[in-house]
Amino acid sequence: MKIAFTTTGKDWASLIDPRFGRTEFIVLYDESNEELTYIDNREDGEVEHGAGPKTAQKLFDLNPDVLITGNGPGGNALRVLEKLNIKIYIGAGEKTVKKAYEAYKAGQLSES
Amino acid sequence: MKEIVVISGKGGTGKTSLTATYSFLGGKDVVTADCDVDASDMHLLLQPDFGNPQDYYSGFVAEIDKDACIACGKCIDVCRFNAISSDYEVSPINCEGCGYCQHVCPAKAINLEEQNIGDLYVSNTKLNSKLIHAALGVGADNSGKLVTKVKNEARDVANRLGIETLIVDGSPGIGCPVIASLSGASYVVLVTEPSVSGFHDLKRVYQLVKDFELDAGCIINKYDLNLEITAQIEDFLSEENITHIASFPYDERFSKAMTQGKTIVEYDKWDLNELVKQSWNKIQELI
Amino acid sequence: MKIAIASGKGGTGKTTLSTNLASFLAEKQDVVLVDLDVEEPNAALFVKGDEVEQKEMFKKVPKWDSDACTLCGKCQEVCNFNAVLKLGDEVMVLQELCHACYACSELCPSSALPMVPVRMGKLQYSKKDNLSMVESRLDIGQEQAVPLISQTIDYVDSKFDKDTIKLFDSPPGTSCPVIEATKDADYIVLVTEPTPFGLHDLTIAVKTMRLMGKRFGVVVNRDGIGNSGLIDYCEKEGIDVLARIPNDRRIAELYSHGELLYPHISEFREQLEVLATKLSEVKKDVQ
Repeated sequence: MKIAFTTTGKDWASLIDPRFGRTEFIVLYDESNEELTYIDNREDGEVEHGAGPKTAQKLFDLNPDVLITGNGPGGNALRVLEKLNIKIYIGAGEKTVKKAYEAYKAGQLSES
Repeated sequence: MKEIVVISGKGGTGKTSLTATYSFLGGKDVVTADCDVDASDMHLLLQPDFGNPQDYYSGFVAEIDKDACIACGKCIDVCRFNAISSDYEVSPINCEGCGYCQHVCPAKAINLEEQNIGDLYVSNTKLNSKLIHAALGVGADNSGKLVTKVKNEARDVANRLGIETLIVDGSPGIGCPVIASLSGASYVVLVTEPSVSGFHDLKRVYQLVKDFELDAGCIINKYDLNLEITAQIEDFLSEENITHIASFPYDERFSKAMTQGKTIVEYDKWDLNELVKQSWNKIQELI
Repeated sequence: MKIAIASGKGGTGKTTLSTNLASFLAEKQDVVLVDLDVEEPNAALFVKGDEVEQKEMFKKVPKWDSDACTLCGKCQEVCNFNAVLKLGDEVMVLQELCHACYACSELCPSSALPMVPVRMGKLQYSKKDNLSMVESRLDIGQEQAVPLISQTIDYVDSKFDKDTIKLFDSPPGTSCPVIEATKDADYIVLVTEPTPFGLHDLTIAVKTMRLMGKRFGVVVNRDGIGNSGLIDYCEKEGIDVLARIPNDRRIAELYSHGELLYPHISEFREQLEVLATKLSEVKKDVQ
C-alpha cells in the first residue's frame, strides 16, 4: 500500500502538517519496498484560491491508497480526492510521521 | 488545540468587544486571532505592539508594458471586468488578475504582478499574550486567504508556545471569509441581538455552521431591547440544539468601555462584568 | 441619481438610514431602494411592499463537454484560480473558485468548456406607492457576493429611469463587494458611530472612497455614545458631516421591532430633513 502524509518536513521525524491544501510537504511511504519519498508543496500552498484542489491534484499523480493528515481536506479538495478512491485518516496532527504511521496501523486514527 | 470562533452574521452585535474581553480573561493561556480582516478592530482594545510585521501579497494585477504594446486591442476585447481603458491603462480596482489578456497579447506586453495588499502582525498585547492580526489595504480582494493565513500563523504560534486555546474573531456575513474563519473550529460562539435583522442574520449564518457540523453556543446581547424576539431566539436555539450561553442586557457602558480602549471587564466593577466572566467560564467548560 | 449608503464597520446603521431615508423621500417622489448586502439583506424587514417580480439569479461557469475534449490541458494552463483541473482523463471544474473570466472557455481549441448558468441567488422586486424595493439574496454556501451585486445593479439600471432616485444599501467593510456596490454611485453616504471602532473603520472607508475618486459625506449615528474623535477627524480632513442622529434607546427598541423610526421620533425626522436637503444640493452639482 502507498501511504501519503501531509507534513512539515521530509522524513519520519517530521511533524504532520494538520492542513491539507496548504501543507508544506507531502511524504509518500510505499509499504511494498519501504521507500520514503517527498514532494515540496510550499509554492502551491501559497496560492490565493484553490490550494486544496491543487494539492489534491498532486496526489492524483502519486496515486496513494491512503492519506493521513490532521484536520482533513476542505470541500473543494475533497471533490478532487473522491476521484481517487483514497481512504483519508484524520487526527494525526501534532504527531511525527513515524508516530502517525504507527497510530494508523494500530487503528487509532479516525477515518474521514 | 481548541479553536473558539466567534461570529455574528450581522455587524454591531458586540462580537469584537466580547472576543477581546475573552482574550483578556484568557490572558497568557490563549492566543487570539483577529480574522475580521476587512475592519480589524481588536487592536483598539488589546493594545498590541504591532510586532513582526510581514508583507502580505495576494492577488494579481495586469501590467502593460507600453514600450512593447502594439495597441491591437485584443486585451480590451477579452477583458470581462472592464479593467483596461482605451489607452491601455489597467484599473487595479477592476482587474481580477485572471490573466486572459496576458494569454492573448501577441506582443507579450502584459505581465501579472502580485500585489502587496496588507500587513500581518504577530503582536504582544498589553497582557503580554499573543495577538495575530492583519491590516488589509483598501479595495483588496478579501479572499479567505488572508483569514486562513492569520489563523495558520496563530495556530503555529500557539503550537510553539504550548498554548492550547485559540480564540478567533470571525468575519461578518456568510461568504468566503466567514467560511475560512470557521474552517478548523472546535466550537462556534454566535453573538446576536434581539432585533428582526439580528435574528434573520443569525439564522442564515447558523446554516453555514450546521453545514460544517460544528458545535455552537449563542450569546444574546442587548436582550432587554426586545423581550419578544429574545424569546423567539431562545426557541430557535432550543430547536436547533444550540447552547444558550448567556444573555447580556443593553448597556451603554459597553460602548463607553470601548471608547476608553478597555475591554468590558476592565471598565469599572459592574454586573455585566460578572455576567461576561461567567459566560467565559461556561465556554471553557463547553469546549 | 445614485446614492450609496456604506460604512467601514458593520452595525453602524446603514440599513436603518437607507430604509428610513427611502421611505421619507418617497413621500414626495419616486425612489428605488436597492439592498446590495446580498449576504445578509435586511432592508425588506423594514420596508414591505407588494411583489412585482421575483427571479432566480445565475452566474456563468464552465461545464466540461467530455465528447469534444481532447485532454490538451490548455484550460488548466490558463486558469489563474485553480478552478479547472485536468485529472487523468477527466477535466474537473470547481465552480466556487471560478471568477468567470471566460479564458478557459474561449481559449479551448475544441470548445469543450461552454459557459453555462448556475444559480447563485434570488432577486425580489416589490413596490408600495412611490417606493420600489429591489433585494438580492445570495444562496447559502455560495462564496462570492460580487457577481450577484453586479447583476442586481444592471437589473435596476434596466428597470428604472435616470430621474428616479436610487439608494444603494451597501454591504459593510471595504473590500470587493463594497467596491462593486459603490463604484457606480454619484455620491456615497458613510454611516458611522463616534467610537474608536467607528472612527478606525471610517478612515479605511474614506481611503477607499478617495482611491475610487468618489464624492462622499458622513452621517454620525448614535451621536453621544463615544467621544469627539470622529467629529475632530472629519473637521481635520475637510469631510462633510451631513447629519448627526442622536443616541436614543427608543431608536434601538423600535429598530428591533422592524419599525421605521422617523414617524415616531422627531429628532430623527429632523436629521432626515437636513440630510435630504444636503443631498438635493449634491444632485444639482451632479447634474
